[in-house]
Order: sequence, then structure tokens, then C-alpha cells
Amino acid sequence: MTDRLDVTDASGLPNPGDAGSGEVIASPFPEPTPISTDPSKGAKVRIGDRVFRTLAEGSGILIVVIIAAIGGFLLWRAIPALARNEQNFFLYSGNWVTTDTSAMQFGILDLLQVTVFVSVFALLLAMPVALGIAIFLTQYAPRRVAAPLAYMVDLLAAVPSIIYGVWGLYVLAPVIKPLAMWLNQNLNWLFLFQTGNASVAGGGTIFTAGIVLAVMILPIITAVTREVFVQTPRGHIEAALALGATRWEVVKTTVLPFGLSGYISGAMLGLGRALGETIALLIILRGTQQAFGWSLFDAGYTFASKIAAAASEFNDQYKAGAYIAAGLVLFILTFIVNSLARAAVAGRSKS
Amino acid sequence: MTATLDQPVKAPTFQKLSLRRKVADNVATVLVTLSVAIALVPLIWVLYTVVVKGLGAVTSSTWWLHSQAGMTAFQAGGGAYHAIIGTLLQGLVCAVISIPIGVFVGIYLVEYGGGTKLGKITTFMVDILTGVPSIVAALFIYALWVATLGFQRSGFAVSLALVLLMIPVIVRSTEEMLRIVPMDLREASYALGVPKWRTISSIVIPTALSGIVTGILLALARVMGETAPLLILVGYAQAMNFDMFSGFMGSLPGMMYDQTSAGAGANPVPTDRLWGAALTLIVLIALLNVGARFIAKLFAPKKV
Repeated sequence: MTDRLDVTDASGLPNPGDAGSGEVIASPFPEPTPISTDPSKGAKVRIGDRVFRTLAEGSGILIVVIIAAIGGFLLWRAIPALARNEQNFFLYSGNWVTTDTSAMQFGILDLLQVTVFVSVFALLLAMPVALGIAIFLTQYAPRRVAAPLAYMVDLLAAVPSIIYGVWGLYVLAPVIKPLAMWLNQNLNWLFLFQTGNASVAGGGTIFTAGIVLAVMILPIITAVTREVFVQTPRGHIEAALALGATRWEVVKTTVLPFGLSGYISGAMLGLGRALGETIALLIILRGTQQAFGWSLFDAGYTFASKIAAAASEFNDQYKAGAYIAAGLVLFILTFIVNSLARAAVAGRSKS
Repeated sequence: MTATLDQPVKAPTFQKLSLRRKVADNVATVLVTLSVAIALVPLIWVLYTVVVKGLGAVTSSTWWLHSQAGMTAFQAGGGAYHAIIGTLLQGLVCAVISIPIGVFVGIYLVEYGGGTKLGKITTFMVDILTGVPSIVAALFIYALWVATLGFQRSGFAVSLALVLLMIPVIVRSTEEMLRIVPMDLREASYALGVPKWRTISSIVIPTALSGIVTGILLALARVMGETAPLLILVGYAQAMNFDMFSGFMGSLPGMMYDQTSAGAGANPVPTDRLWGAALTLIVLIALLNVGARFIAKLFAPKKV
């Protein structure tokens, strides 16, 4: 109740009046309990405070629960279908047969290859451009120009992916057709440009899809990279300038080493987004029955577009389960990629 | 003789840049400027395409006031009323659910859980949730809401999936805005004996309100264009459906996807509808973005 030592009750203390006992000197006075400096100590915890805190904490816990539930429910729903799968889930790359739910055939090898291939292709296209934009906006452009330009680059992220999809298929593909044909005819000694399982002229290829995907992940990579580049210590830049460095040398010797981890982190986040992109790829990529052959002029399905394309099969728990299993793999994949991205940033802030 | 006298005794301190360094500097300048241009090309191209191709469809009043009820794929007519209402309804329900959760998580992370273990885990999980693909969110809601709890596929299920995508965006912006509220304000309030929850609700939140609302509108704009949950969780209906809990439901992305499978690109009628719906969606998103900027200006804390 009270913080103060109760002085009226001296029962525990030796009495100085007891002359000659020697106890006074021998036994030290017991340490009085320290007086609290917390002004609200002992105050009633108000009901409002308790409710508010619980709400806030509960919401935080809810987020953790949701992530756990996503993994849990997907796994739970996938297991019955996996049990009826007659093929190796990780190594089967043929067509999915889900019509007979007692003997299904499905596997993710082909999906994994297409997903990774198109995402990495998009990433390779987007990364240099994003780096250039981030350098320009933070180091080259005057502030007055940089802000509106940065806003416009961010606007790229505001355009819905389905609009990128229809733009890519109906507008972009015909325009880049000559380039695709040229690559296919003149560089087909390289496996990337060999004629794949989709029509080069038709445009429904990984080539088109990757370019569209690169545009879509560009704003994410740029935003993260920019955020880190702008924190480059002023002192580093001025020191480089004082040594007579040109503008590019300033960037090369101060900004890039400082911001490298941010750039890598941004690229990973972009990769995560690319892996999970659904509708744009579903619209652009032609569905195909043939195997994937590591050519840019192949088509096929990624995890996400395969699931979305099978929306009509979501009426039976085993059929749905097959696609949920693929979704679980996609979830784990993006989980890992995003964690790595965060770890890259965290590593920088520690050092 | 005079020629040597004209020469300075010492070489100039600042030497001219070597050609190699000068070229490297100029090449770098050109490259970084070019990369900004490369980024702006698709933005302008996409917007230009959508406006030019979609303008024909949306300039009639029928587009805004009629649904596609009774229309066939190749017969011109009808509008996008059902899709606009569907998208707005799903967005609204999603916002109603995600705003309180998102804002409270933001409050928790800034005001309560800062350095605690749970706070760190929550921050990490919000990051992970940000990266969850929309198709995975849709599958999760399917597994939970439809397969396990036994509800129908409906507009509400779509809203639930959108909630998962909207929460992390709200949390991020709320967190960012609460962090820039000066500590002095909170301490002044504590000094007057105001309890913590009152301090948060009547000092901290109002100060950060404009930023929070802006973030919410931008998050809403982001999720309203999502298509993947629509495919898994609700069918596309051509007619009006106000019932969030049963039946197929129209929406702008759903309408667009429906037109791509109905032969857009080959036949002019679905093509017009496709780009009309795209333009309507862009207009809706642009309105939210402009609204966000307007609110940010209007409710910004007054500068003394």
C-alpha cells in the first residue's frame, strides 16, 4: 500500500535504548524499502487503460495468429489431396489430372520452374533500372524535380495488375513482336531464345510476361532502395567531394557501398511480389500442355496462375486440395524470400 | 624567354579530370536519367491506352446507370453499374473490418509493444503479411471460410481475403504516422494526469489522423484492383447483386477478366467493355488517391 518505511513500528529494529547490549553496533539497520519514483505506482489501473491495452495487444497477436493460421489451414486442407496423389508432388511435371479424385496426378516441378524463371527474368530486367532511378532521385535530381518523379514511379504500383495484364497482352505484345521474332531467329543457338511451346508471334510468352512483371515490381525495388540511399551520411558524400571525386565517383564510393544491403533487400521484396503475381500472368501466358524448356518463348503456368485458372474446380475438397497444396508451396517460398529481404535490412541497421 | 615567364611556377592545384573519369561520369549521368525515363514510359503508356480505348464506353450515361443484365457477349449495350457497386461494396466491407485492426496494431507497435518480444514478432509478421500473395490470401479464406466453416462463396469472402491484404498497409502507415507525433505531446498529457488510453485517443491519434486516413485510402485503392480473390471466392454476375453473403457478384476486375475470356481483342463489343471497365477502375483508384492527398492537406495539424 505505502512505499514508505513504517517508522512507528520499530519492532524489527534494535533499540538504541538497550544500553550495553552491543547489539546496536553489531547489527546493521535493515535497509528501508526504497521509495518508488513511479508517480502512478499504486494508482488504480483504469478500466479504460486496460481495455485499450488489451485491444491493441490483441490486434498484434491476431496478426501472428493469422500468419500461423494461413500455414496451418493450407496444410490441413492440402493433406487429404496429397494422400490421394499418385505422383511425387515435388518431382512430377506432367499435366494435372484431378477429374478422378481417388487417383489424382499432380506435382509442382513445372510450376516451380516457370515461376522462378519468369520472376528471375523480370528481376534481371527491373534491377538495373531501379538502381538507376534510385540514384537519380536521391543524388542527381534537384529536390523540386525528385518529389514529383518519385510520386510518378510510385504510381506504377497503384495500377491494378489486371490492367497490366490486358495492356501486356493486347498492347505491348504486338509492339515487341518484331524484337521477339528477331531474337528468336538470330539468337536461337542460345537456349533462352529457342522456339518454345508457345507462338512467338502470338505474344503469350514468358518474354512478354517477364517485361510486364518487371514494370510491376519496379516501384517496390525503387522505393526500398531510395529509402536507404537517401540515408547515406552527408559526411561521406562531402568527404568524397572534397577529395575531388566526380558525381559518379561519389555515388560509387559512398552511396553504393552504404546502400547495397537496401538494394538487395528491395530486390528480394520485388522477387517476392513477382513470385506471387497472379492475374497479369494468367492473362498473358498461354496455357500449354507441353513441358517447359527454359526458353523465353515458352508459356505455361506459374503457381499463382495455375491456381487462379482452376477456380472452377474449387467445388470438391480433393480437387481444391491439390491447388491448395501448390498454394502452400508458394506461401512458403514467398515467406522465405521476404524473410531474407528483412534480414538483409536488419543486418545493415545492426552494423 | 617571355614564354617561360608566362608559365606559372607550380602546376595548377586542381588538375583537369582525366578523359576516362569524365566519360564515366557523363555515361553514368545519362544512364541514371535514362532509367527514370524507362520507368515513366510504361506508366504513361498504360494510362494513355486505358483512357483512349476506354473513353468510348464510359462517356454514355448507360455505362454508369445500367448493369449487364440480359446482355450477351457480342451485343453492345448495358453498363458497369453492377461492377462499380460490387467493387465499392467489397471495398467498404473490407475497410470496415481492416481499419480498426490495422490501426490498433499500429498503436500497439508504437505505444505499447515497441521493444517487447511480442512487438518484434508482430513487426516481423506484418512484414510477412505484406508479402503474402493475393492468391494465397484467397486460398486461405477458401480453406477457412468455405471449406472448413461451410459458408458459400460470396462477396463477403472476397472482402475477408482483401482484409488480409489491406491490414499490413494500414499498419505500416499508421505506425509511421504515430512515430512522428512528438514525445512532448504525450508527456504534456501525462503530466496533466491524463490516462494513457485517453492520451492516445485524444492527443496522439488526432495529431496523426490526416496521415492515417491518407494511408487507409491508399490501402483501399490498392486492394480494390485485386482480381485473384475474386476468381477463387466469388463468381462474376452480370446483374446487380447487393447481397454480400450469397450469390455471384459483379466487380470491375471481375468484369475485365470476364471480357478477356469472352473474346476481347477479337470482337469489338467485349473489347470496349474491357477497356471501359479498366478506365472506370483507374478513375475510382485515382479518386481515392486524390482524396487521400486532399485529406492529408485538409486535416494536417495546424502549424503555429
